[in-house]
Amino acid sequence: MSDHGGTGEPMPRILVFSTNNISDPGIDLAGSRHLHYPATVSVLAVPCSSGIKPAWILHALETGQDGVFIASDGEECAYLPDCAERTASIVTQAQALMAEKGLEPQRLKMAAVCSVCAEPFANYMREFAAALNELGPRPVPVG
Amino acid sequence: MSETESPQRRIGVYICHCGGNISDYVDVERVREAISADPDVVVGKTTLFACADGTQHEMIDDIHAEGLDGLVVASCSPKLHTTTFRGVSTRADLNPYAYTQVNIREQDSWAHTDDHEGATQKAIALVQAGIAKTRLSLPLEPLRVETVPATMVVGGGITGLRTAIGLADIGIAVTIVEREAEVGGWVGRLGPMFPHNASGRDQISQLMAEIARRPTITVLTNAELVGKTGSFGNYTAKVKLRTETTEELRQFQVGTFVIATGADVYSPEVGELGYGIDGVVTIHEFGALVDAAQGSGSLTWQGRKVRSVAYVYCVGNRQVGGNEYCSKFCCAATVHASIKVADLDPSIRQFHLHRDVRAYGKYELMYTESRERGSVYMRYPDDALPSIEQMPDKRLAVTVTDALTSQDEITLPVDLVVLVTGMVPRDNDDLTTLLKLPTGDDGFYNEIHPKLRPVETVVDGVLIAGACQGPKPATEAVSGGLAAVTQSAGILKKGFAELDPLVATVTESLCTGCGDCLTTCPYDAISSYVCDEGQKASIAAASCKGCGGCVPVCPEDAIDLLGYTSAQMMAAIDGLSVKEPVA
Ligand SMILES: Cc1cc2nc3c(=O)[nH]c(=O)nc-3n(C[C@H](O)[C@H](O)[C@H](O)COP(=O)(O)OP(=O)(O)OC[C@H]3O[C@@H](n4cnc5c(N)ncnc54)[C@H](O)[C@@H]3O)c2cc1C
Ligand code: SF4
Ligand code: SF4
Ligand code: SF4
Repeated sequence: MSDHGGTGEPMPRILVFSTNNISDPGIDLAGSRHLHYPATVSVLAVPCSSGIKPAWILHALETGQDGVFIASDGEECAYLPDCAERTASIVTQAQALMAEKGLEPQRLKMAAVCSVCAEPFANYMREFAAALNELGPRPVPVG
Repeated sequence: MSETESPQRRIGVYICHCGGNISDYVDVERVREAISADPDVVVGKTTLFACADGTQHEMIDDIHAEGLDGLVVASCSPKLHTTTFRGVSTRADLNPYAYTQVNIREQDSWAHTDDHEGATQKAIALVQAGIAKTRLSLPLEPLRVETVPATMVVGGGITGLRTAIGLADIGIAVTIVEREAEVGGWVGRLGPMFPHNASGRDQISQLMAEIARRPTITVLTNAELVGKTGSFGNYTAKVKLRTETTEELRQFQVGTFVIATGADVYSPEVGELGYGIDGVVTIHEFGALVDAAQGSGSLTWQGRKVRSVAYVYCVGNRQVGGNEYCSKFCCAATVHASIKVADLDPSIRQFHLHRDVRAYGKYELMYTESRERGSVYMRYPDDALPSIEQMPDKRLAVTVTDALTSQDEITLPVDLVVLVTGMVPRDNDDLTTLLKLPTGDDGFYNEIHPKLRPVETVVDGVLIAGACQGPKPATEAVSGGLAAVTQSAGILKKGFAELDPLVATVTESLCTGCGDCLTTCPYDAISSYVCDEGQKASIAAASCKGCGGCVPVCPEDAIDLLGYTSAQMMAAIDGLSVKEPVA
């Protein structure tokens, strides 16, 4: 966990996977409105959350991220009608891989973030950071 | 990556101050120092405004002088300047797909104005991730696909018909698909219209005569678009044709679609402003009555001469919580109708109960004429609609407050009440779903950008025009149709189109032919073939939409999405975790 943040509280590192056309603009909007969330949250955008490989999620958790958050398109995905189910199945597969490494399933979260979901996104980040704090440090050593 | 590894690439990194939008919260100089330690970073600079012309020239000079083969710009959201810096790359003969945009404004400085240290560390991590993506980028060329010089126009109203003529005249073949038995839409049902009094029916006949002279236009009535397959610039459109007894499916190859399906008119509920009482009619019904009276010379209702009319404006429009928009054509249509009434019989008394008269532009002259010829205009308060009742003598009593003169209610006895009804979106769920057309909160189709891309949609090759985009008078509807002609020509006249090459590919040597991916693509981009080693999967670049949905499905990790390859994503994740080197 990172030690800055000004509040004295440890700040968990969170990797967010966003989608180019829907959730990434929503996250942009949170910034444009100066809605604060921990600076230990970083975002990598992909076209669609159905294309995230479980191995990427595991890799993030093994290289210093305390949690991974998938900001999916929900029902709004322009590519795949069954996007939500596909992404849910990726989450299940990733959690199985995580279990093998002794990582708690709560370190991976998914929620739909729409293109104007600025407030919900900032809230998700604050809540997820708090939940990860509760969980304590990762059980695996960071390489 | 470790410091001992030998350099692989020659990357230029530009970190933007954005005036102070970034540098007030992020220590950009520290970011520059941190990333300059990477052996692949040949040029590392901070800049006041990355997008400024001067900076773009500087980047091009650096790319040439230093022989750069990769570019990273850390500034604002990729939504704003991806095209700008891809353009810079192209002008400097650098592959545009070796450029990565890193968002340190919307997703960093602006979100963490309360945490300068955190924002700076985050910027370093994000730029490192961006460098990692550029480092592993492959040179990609835009995909070239042949286009078919043909357009399908859906909807044969005035917009669709005029669009078809415009397309035919520049050498694009057209199929018009009209759902009803007759073309013409609303205009085909109208008599003299504003401005200029030309009859709607006559104008449609004129357009149909023009169409008959153009053999490259096919008009299909009782027809509906029911299927669309293929890819950008070359679609197969399936059309269902109905006769009384038969149904036939026909296929057409087209390069673009122009959707001109128009709008419906609002129909008031029974009881709404007296609708349902004898003598309360909509502007559409009234228009037909006035046009019919032109022949007989006198305006009558149920055999009685009409001596007075009250118009109630904005029915079903400009309502908080309902249809909030203004329909734009209805004020002018009503003012115009009142002039036609005055032409018939100047002694008929006309009262216009409005919420302010939107007879904009040249229509103002009609408004002046209408008042000069005796029409009385009264503004009713937004929160106090007029009320309408039938009197014992069957005439109608309209009670209204004139907001501009006194607070007292007045009651006008009239023979006819005309409800000035606006437009509502047309019920077209099947078409909307088939083409994945984006719809706004108001139910009308949405363009990408109201000023810069007013007739394009987010769906490639599908353009929208006319009243399906929002209520408007015919003049404006037709202008939109002609804009769609230009956009179609822009796509089709070159004979080919260039597509983003960020599509999925299969690494042949890794594919075991298990077949898991074959059914995962809703765009049918994945197929299989047999080679010496057995069965393999392959992805048709022109059909692939670049979603990446097939990537996690492959058990052999044989599928990669270009621009987001596994190697790039893993390296980007590493980039995020690398700590700032201690100076
Ligand atoms: C009462 C009234 C008076 C008006 N007076 C004037 C006036 O005086 N001056 C003026 O400039 N404007 C006037 N207007 C506005 C004018 O009618 C519109 O601007 C015009 O009709 C818009 O043309 P359009 O082709 O976009 O849509 P429409 O006229 O609505 O035509 C759309 C066509 O598409 C067809 N269609 C719909 N869905 C499908 C589908 N799924 N498949 C195939 N075909 C489909 C419809 O059947 C229709 O033929 C008036 C409107 C009304 C209602
Ligand atoms: S144009 Fe129609 S909706 Fe707009 S103000 Fe006039 S009557 Fe009302
Ligand atoms: S990336 Fe998406 S569109 Fe392309 S082949 Fe895979 S599933 Fe189909
Ligand atoms: S899932 Fe992978 S291994 Fe199986 S056929 Fe498709 S590309 Fe080949």
